[in-house]
Amino acid sequence: MSYVQGLKCRECGRETGLAAVHVCEFCFGPLEVRYDYDAMAGNVTHASIAAGPPTIWRYADLLPELPGTDPADRVDLGAGFTPLVPAPRLGAALGLEDLWLKNDTVNPTWSFKDRVVSVALTAARALGFDTAACASTGNLAHSVAAHAAGSGMSAYVFIPSDLETAKVQAAAVYGQHLVAVKGNYDDVNRLCAEVAGEYGWAFVNVNVRPYYAEGSKTIGFEIAEQLGWRLPDHVVAPMASGSMLTKIDKGFTELTRLELVAAAPWKVSGAQATGCSPIARAHKDGSGVVRPVRPDTIAKSLAIGDPADGYYALDAVERTGGAMEDVSDTEIVDAIQLLARTEGLFAETAGGVTVAVLRKLAAQGRIEPSERTVAVISGVGLKTLDAVADRVGPAFTINAGLDDFTAALSLSARAETPGR
Amino acid sequence: MTVTVRIPTPLRTATGGESTVEVEAGTVGEVVKALEAAHPGVAERILDDGGKLRRFVNVFVDDEDVRFAGGLETPVREGATVSIIPAVAGG
Repeated sequence: MSYVQGLKCRECGRETGLAAVHVCEFCFGPLEVRYDYDAMAGNVTHASIAAGPPTIWRYADLLPELPGTDPADRVDLGAGFTPLVPAPRLGAALGLEDLWLKNDTVNPTWSFKDRVVSVALTAARALGFDTAACASTGNLAHSVAAHAAGSGMSAYVFIPSDLETAKVQAAAVYGQHLVAVKGNYDDVNRLCAEVAGEYGWAFVNVNVRPYYAEGSKTIGFEIAEQLGWRLPDHVVAPMASGSMLTKIDKGFTELTRLELVAAAPWKVSGAQATGCSPIARAHKDGSGVVRPVRPDTIAKSLAIGDPADGYYALDAVERTGGAMEDVSDTEIVDAIQLLARTEGLFAETAGGVTVAVLRKLAAQGRIEPSERTVAVISGVGLKTLDAVADRVGPAFTINAGLDDFTAALSLSARAETPGR
Repeated sequence: MTVTVRIPTPLRTATGGESTVEVEAGTVGEVVKALEAAHPGVAERILDDGGKLRRFVNVFVDDEDVRFAGGLETPVREGATVSIIPAVAGG
């Protein structure tokens, strides 16, 4: 059943009803979904969750599903309940003894965005929309286009025209309206904020954002459930708008409040690319002021220069005693390779940012070796092949003869560089 | 200077539904003052108690974020377009 009560401004506290509206009418602060937690107590249990599907929708009671929504009407391609896997070899490389990876590369469109889009479009449809839209750096575009296609909605997807080729084509293949905008993500987003005011579409990251953002709580729910209903000591997550990290923290808070996990402290830490690190900078310089920047990084999926949830990410990290760091493009690609070579998991640049920051925090002693630490790997490496294109390739290229192979192998052994 | 101000949906309740408003002003700060004079109640929604732009309000002068320029001191030229846009999430 739905425990959703309405929307409330995170800044000034003014309340409003359930609608496709994302900012407070008064102060422009972001609106957040309100739930009746008292009514959940005793009804939302380990058993009720386990009885649900192996997707994000097993946590439907804790998601903003509008009252009266039939589960059959969900916009659902099967997002979520992705593997949480131990990472002993990466852990050994970084000096961490209890490291885990939340592998969100295996979602329907290969990134965590399927969680938020499934929630957003389910709410949008219940609110009467038949057209979805988004501004995207790629991953969101794929997810919105796919979920619209798979549910018979139509979609307008706005992307910066300079995105990686693979990301453009993977957005176009779903047959929706793909609009390439000359400019960076912040330009696209600003255009969309204005388009959203003129057209009656459900912009997942604009007018239905309060619902959308809640989808990321499921990363936190799953981590806890997959650890046997225990909270980890530390979670390291990538930050673009800062929403995902904020919502993982919120997910842990809700589980604690509902006594679905034993109360225990946790830390959340945030990862950014140095070329777009407005939140990490605000944390590191102690100013607490998130100054917008013009992004310049290969981690395009994190290249949001004006992060809407930056202040809340700062709050979550500082309240839980976590940390923030940023890493160079070289460190990002090194980390993509390290993750692939130690754990067999090929992440996109955002995953490289997360692992590189994990590495940095471990080296600085800001993650203790014994801490149970979870790194969120949010998207698949095939989307950003350009990042590793000049680093990896065949060990050798030969004619299809055994002698050719034997000769090449012998040369390679002499050079003492097996593989590359 | 005559300046065109584009009003975002949430603020249109204060402008009687108008999506654009023309004002006379030389800086972004004066744009806010002129808006307040024409539509009382607008300023407190854009500015915080200290008179600064609220942290979730973005103001653009001819597509330039004023936080990259001079904030409320940013000059506006004759015929400029000033857009007031709430911050949005994404990725």
